Amino acid sequence: MVLQEKARPAVVPGAGATILRGTVQVLGELLITAGIILLLFVGWQLWWTNVESDAKQSAVIKEFAQGLRGTVPAVPEPGPAAAPVDYGAPVVSAAPGHAGTIGIMYIPRFGTNYTRPIVQGTTGDVLDTLGLGHYVNTAMPGAVGNFAVAGHRQTHGAVLDNIHTLVPGDKIYVQTKDGYYIYVFRNNQIVMPSRTDVLEPVPTRPGITPTESFLTMTSCNPRFGAEERIIAYALLDSWRPASAGPPAEIAAQVAAAVGGS
Amino acid sequence: MYGWIFRHLPGPLWLRIFTSLVLIAGALILMVQFLFPWMSGFTAFTDSTIGSASQP
Repeated sequence: MVLQEKARPAVVPGAGATILRGTVQVLGELLITAGIILLLFVGWQLWWTNVESDAKQSAVIKEFAQGLRGTVPAVPEPGPAAAPVDYGAPVVSAAPGHAGTIGIMYIPRFGTNYTRPIVQGTTGDVLDTLGLGHYVNTAMPGAVGNFAVAGHRQTHGAVLDNIHTLVPGDKIYVQTKDGYYIYVFRNNQIVMPSRTDVLEPVPTRPGITPTESFLTMTSCNPRFGAEERIIAYALLDSWRPASAGPPAEIAAQVAAAVGGS
Repeated sequence: MYGWIFRHLPGPLWLRIFTSLVLIAGALILMVQFLFPWMSGFTAFTDSTIGSASQP
């Protein structure tokens, strides 16, 4: 083979060879371009969508905080605390329209700066930018039944990235214009994406009439995959009206998010 | 291909470099605005809802 090639006379590039070389070169450059675009896409999806969503969610919280002006006491009452006050049955507000802001979720387990908006709807436009999406057919916060929300595990803010780190007994705070709903985390469950019964008024128990208020959060599982769903169940522990001020444990966080005055 | 484009840009070298950068920036903006959001519909790990078939 080598000998034969050596014996071949030097090729003078003709028109055909030039066209072939040009075609191969353009094809090569296009393939390299496609590779670069795919890498850029990965960077965009894993990093840039988070930057974009964080900014949009901050804006949603700011807007929500402006709507609260005057209803939140300027300074959360320090008080001797200790004795928990019973404020009666929680107020349940009507569901807003699509993409309307329901409230803010605080989960101290996810960090003291974990402040994410809860928005009506679970369509892409809500989940991809606005934060946690409320399943429209489920209860509102505080209502007897199941208040269910979905959030991305990765990309677009990764609002529920640390859902697997919740420990039974962890507090999950939901702030609406009416007040603060304090849920206590109970357990995680990993299910297939078709398991809609986790959204039942009593999760996974279709047909049972609820007597308690549940909070159900759904996200992707495993991380960076979507073969399964990870579910976090919590139960309403207590409620306090907006006029009573935020719970002491998250007072600083609430002040940072919606402003103390 | 890119070499051919660069050679056919008008003006002196610095202007051609500048034009190239503008073209690259424009391509990036088009990708981020339109191409990537469209492509993300084909990736698996962005779906976090339950029963997504009934809730598009």
